[in-house]
Amino acid sequence: MSESQARSMVTEPGLPGPARHADRGRTRSLAGDAWRDLRRNPIFWIAAVLVVVVLVMAAFPALFTAADPKSCALSNKHLGASGSAIFGYDFQGCDVYARTIYGARNSIEVGVFATLISGIIGLAFGLGAGYFGGWVDAVLSRVIDIVLGIPFLLAAIVLAKRLSHDPESNGVLAVTITLGVLGWTTAARVMRSSVIAAKTQDYVAAARMLGAGPARLMMRHILPNSVASFIVVLTILLGTNIAGEATLSFLGIGLKGDAISWGIAINEAGPYVRTAAGPLVWPSVFLAVTVLAFIMLGDAIRDAFDPKLR
Amino acid sequence: MTDIHAELDAIPGTDPYAPLLQVNDLHVEFRTRDGVARAVNGVNLYLRPAETLAILGESGCGKSVTAQAIMGILDTPPAHVTRGEVRYRGVDLLRLPERERRKVRANRIAMIFQDALSALNPVYSVGFQIGELFRVHRGMSRADAKRRSIELLDQVRIPAAKDRIGDYPHQFSGGMRQRVMIAMALALDPEVLIADEPTTALDVTVQAQIMGLLRELQHQRNMGLILITHDMGVVADVADRISVMYAGKVVEEAPVYDIYGRPAHPYTKALLESIPRLDFKGQQLNVIRGLPPALTDVPRGCAFNPRCGYAKEPCRRDPAPPAYNIAPGRTVRCHFWNEVAGV
Amino acid sequence: MTDVVLETKGLVKHFKAVQAVDGVDVKLRRGETLGIVGESGCGKSTLAKLLVGLEKPTAGSIMVRGQEMTGLRGGDLRRARRHIQMVMQDPYTSLNPRMTVGDIIGEPYEIHSDVVPRANRARAVQELLEIVGLSPDHINRYPHQFSGGQRQRIGIARALALRPEIIVCDEPVSALDVSIQAQVINLLESLQREFGLSYIFIAHDLSVVRHISNRVAVMYLGRIVETGVDSQIYERPTHPYTQALLSAVPVPDPRLRGHRRQIVLEGDVPSPADPPSGCRFHTRCFMAQPRCAEQDPILAIRERSDHPSACHYAEPRYLMA
Repeated sequence: MSESQARSMVTEPGLPGPARHADRGRTRSLAGDAWRDLRRNPIFWIAAVLVVVVLVMAAFPALFTAADPKSCALSNKHLGASGSAIFGYDFQGCDVYARTIYGARNSIEVGVFATLISGIIGLAFGLGAGYFGGWVDAVLSRVIDIVLGIPFLLAAIVLAKRLSHDPESNGVLAVTITLGVLGWTTAARVMRSSVIAAKTQDYVAAARMLGAGPARLMMRHILPNSVASFIVVLTILLGTNIAGEATLSFLGIGLKGDAISWGIAINEAGPYVRTAAGPLVWPSVFLAVTVLAFIMLGDAIRDAFDPKLR
Repeated sequence: MTDIHAELDAIPGTDPYAPLLQVNDLHVEFRTRDGVARAVNGVNLYLRPAETLAILGESGCGKSVTAQAIMGILDTPPAHVTRGEVRYRGVDLLRLPERERRKVRANRIAMIFQDALSALNPVYSVGFQIGELFRVHRGMSRADAKRRSIELLDQVRIPAAKDRIGDYPHQFSGGMRQRVMIAMALALDPEVLIADEPTTALDVTVQAQIMGLLRELQHQRNMGLILITHDMGVVADVADRISVMYAGKVVEEAPVYDIYGRPAHPYTKALLESIPRLDFKGQQLNVIRGLPPALTDVPRGCAFNPRCGYAKEPCRRDPAPPAYNIAPGRTVRCHFWNEVAGV
Repeated sequence: MTDVVLETKGLVKHFKAVQAVDGVDVKLRRGETLGIVGESGCGKSTLAKLLVGLEKPTAGSIMVRGQEMTGLRGGDLRRARRHIQMVMQDPYTSLNPRMTVGDIIGEPYEIHSDVVPRANRARAVQELLEIVGLSPDHINRYPHQFSGGQRQRIGIARALALRPEIIVCDEPVSALDVSIQAQVINLLESLQREFGLSYIFIAHDLSVVRHISNRVAVMYLGRIVETGVDSQIYERPTHPYTQALLSAVPVPDPRLRGHRRQIVLEGDVPSPADPPSGCRFHTRCFMAQPRCAEQDPILAIRERSDHPSACHYAEPRYLMA
């Protein structure tokens, strides 16, 4: 039998395969499919719009209000809404609306950078523990357990105090580092189990058999297939860290000086809530909505990337 | 002890002369975001007492969905039975209220699955699970239920049944677990047993044991057996009649000797020619070109036509070929069956 | 002897207490297909992994084209891997879902960068796609856009990329539908003819193994219990396990009902962590004698058989009465 005869015997002519979508012809990746699903998901859009608005608010607060959050007149103390101060005035006579808008920046900054720090530490620990296994895993996992076991507030108080020696600073760095260093454990655990699951996949064995070294295995095969859950945990962590800053500031160990953040606003408005609820309520609402938006975003992305849900 | 049998015999519509099980024009759809999948597209089946009917087909042909529809265990949604009847002794199960249906399901029609490990509850002992059937459906005391359970395990040839009654599913090997599942299915003395790929996941020697056991139990109890599988060897060994399914329809139905000796449908014929056989060597494996269709996008006319060597113009046009009755007990959905059968 | 492309001697793999592979000798000649059959726990999957270097043997030697593989490291090991590749069982997990088909098939060229220069790699990958019967236009598609049979072809193309002499097929068609199995089996056979490949074909489906193999080895609990050419094993088996195995395989011909010798084994396969004394099969053997519990029979040609068998009482049994 000639070569071409043999080949034609086994070739599949272009017969209809398992058609799933009308646009079968276009090449589709997992990310492409995920995007298609996200596009259709109203929750994704709501969350995404909210996140974008908050980010713009943090970067360009002047777009939202012409008022100066720091120009406060005691004569305005606890006045209701008037003119552009749609949320009224707080106990120092500051424009609550302006303070809320300007407060976004510190809150978001702390949230984003703390998450970045947690992400890097978590990735390193998770990837290392998951890929190498054995005693490396044992050691790293024990470290994770130890950090996990430390009571958050206790550690936060200790760390924040130690890191904020400089009376001039506003404490953003200290809070960021505190949150970053204490919040990576869940991300590390998730990464570790994803890596362990990916490691046992047949395609990793296939690559090993082809002669791939550890670097290629990690970068090309394991990481791309284990990072989805990790990233989702990070988006949720982002929301948690923003709330965390608020907590620390509320407790008085967060931002200092005349820094503005939602946490500080809530902290200051607390004692006066009977007189004027606005200064407490509005920053809280912004905080809650932002955290919720990040969490919803994380959920939507996770679901879109989950091949099992297809 | 409630007299469940008298109760079930008295369900309105029961017809002592009707076949044990009769499926008429069954249609099951799955509504997914990719469209509507016609998993079962006009299936007719029947089963007589003590008979073995094999439903043969590859993955996606609708055989498991048919079985689940008969049992009434389809997930609705996304599955919807849109048309048809499933008559047990003349009574249409699809139109029975759920309470009655559940009684029929437990006591008259039973099912075993491919994967015993997921069909058995891992946190209860085997004795508890089997005993529960007796306690709940027959009102037996705990002691009686335990005794009957041990008897059952003996019947399915589990060695040292008395000692193993307290063991958990994971403590049994694959073949043993399958036997436990069979024991559970037979506990309430059903008249029909549906076996959905019961031996596909088992080693060949264990498969032989289990199929032998099923055959023996069937004869002892005069039970009807519906065997769902893709394995043409197993079918040749045990079946009396075969219904071959493709893309949601029964494309050929015949007694077993006729199917293997003189298949009348191109798909059946092509399948037989594509499997390697233990007793031959060096035959050319004939390939069926292409792939089975997606159930959301079944071809017009005969669903098999794009892959069929005998296809001609009428095959590509609607309506799909009807079930031609070519001999007693033989139907074929093919316009050109005489060509295929070489008649 | 230069005709022998693969040879193992006394290959052993123990996982802590489990003796998965316990002394296996295999010889594969150029252009031939050696089928390895056995049921679960017999060690054939572990054997496959040992042959391609996914597991390191506890003892014994593996020689590929005369070169000893055990003990190779680093660059030497990588280069040696070019000669022996594997096709895996599950087409749904053996391809990285995040890589395009072109990347998957082309990865061997990236790892062994001296085989095909970068400029020619895309061309080489497209050729491979054609060779296995897929359209070269699909080079940028992802695995989930293909059916099971097509994915298996991709796996075969990947195994073929480095033009190995030996391909270990580990249950390559078990996860496929019956009508697709024939396509892939035919493909494997035509590739063998075209490229002069030698196959180790591991499967539990005895009919498929018979179809594709020249010689067959039957494994039980980590050992080879019988080996011979296909007509010897399938028509004149001498080891009781082989005989039982063959009698258990259903044949798609109802006229044979009642005409085949039925040997039904009692009980389950013993655990590889605790194999029986003497002959490992004696606990389930229908011919067992007291000697079998004490003396472990070696794989050798016996008095009444023309091919090696590991049974003290080896005797051919014809299973079609």
